[in-house]
Amino acid sequence: MKISVNGDHMDVVATTMAELLVELAYDGKIATALNEEFVAANNRDNATLREGDRVEILAPMQGG
Amino acid sequence: MRRFYDTELANGLMLGTAQYPSPAILEAAFRASKAAVATVSLRREGRDGGGQPFWDIIRALGVYVLPNTAGCHNVKEAVTTAHMAREVFETDWIKLEVIGDTDSLQPDVFGLVEAARILCDDGFKVFPYCTEDLVVAEKLLGVGCRVLMPWGAPIGSGMGLNNEYGLRALRARFPDIPMVIDAGIGLPSHAARAMELGFDAVLLNTAVAKAGDPEQMAVAMAEAVIAGQRAAKATPMEPRDMASPSTPVIGQAFLS
Repeated sequence: MKISVNGDHMDVVATTMAELLVELAYDGKIATALNEEFVAANNRDNATLREGDRVEILAPMQGG
Repeated sequence: MRRFYDTELANGLMLGTAQYPSPAILEAAFRASKAAVATVSLRREGRDGGGQPFWDIIRALGVYVLPNTAGCHNVKEAVTTAHMAREVFETDWIKLEVIGDTDSLQPDVFGLVEAARILCDDGFKVFPYCTEDLVVAEKLLGVGCRVLMPWGAPIGSGMGLNNEYGLRALRARFPDIPMVIDAGIGLPSHAARAMELGFDAVLLNTAVAKAGDPEQMAVAMAEAVIAGQRAAKATPMEPRDMASPSTPVIGQAFLS
C-alpha cells in the first residue's frame, strides 16, 4: 500500500498506525497524526491506513 | 514569584532550546542560568530516532517543559500540534503560537483566540503568544487563558521592548494576570526592563543561543531578570525633568 510518511512516499504492508510504527522501527517519544488528525498512542491499533494516506510522526525537537 | 496556572517557578527566566552551537553548550547554558522553564517543539522524526537524544538532555535538566506550536499558521494546525505535544511531553502546558505574518512572525490574533478557546476547553493550560493589544488580551482571558505572553519585538529580532507604552498599559490593565515577555529580547538590559515594568518572566532564545558565549549570556540574562524583579518590588522612584540635588544644600560652606 502506498502512503506518505513525513512527506516521503513509501510502500508499506502495515494496515494500522501501530503496525506502521513497528514496520518502520520507530521507538521512543513520538506522536502521530493521520491525514492531519491527531492519533493518540492508545488509538494507534484502531487507526486504519488506506491507500494514499498521509502520516506524520513527530518527536521532541529544539524550540524557542 | 507569581504562579503560572498551578505552578510556582523558582525564577522568571524561560529559555528556548533552539539554535545553540551544540547540545553540550545548550546544556551548559541551562545549568549556569538555572532557567526554570525550557521551551521545546515537535518536528518530523527520522527513522534514526534523531529527536530522542535531545529529549534525554532536556529531561535530565529537571526543568519545566513548555512545548510550543511554532510554525503553525492556522487554528487546526496549532490545535493538532498541541494535542501531539501533550502526549509526547506529558504536560498540559502549551505555548500557543498561531503565526499570521511570515516576515514579522506577528501572531494571527483572531486564530489565536479561537485556538486558545478550543484548547482551554480541552483542559490545556495555554500560554498564548500575543501582542500587547488590550482587546486581544481581554478576549484571551475570556476564553480561559490565565497567562499572557505578549511580544517585546518580533521573534529573533533582539530589538527589545518595541512598544513600552503598550506593554505598560497591558500590565496595568490586568494586574493580577501572570505575564511573560516573549520574543524580541536581545540584551540583559531588555530583560531587566521587562521585569522592572512588572512582568513576571521573560522567554528568550536567540539572544543566548546566538551569543558568542551562550553560557555567559544565559547567566547575564538570569542576573538581569533578578535585578529587574527586585527593582520592581522596591518601587522605583518617579523620574523628573529637572535636577534635584542629592547632597544636602543646608550646611554648605560659603567658599566663593
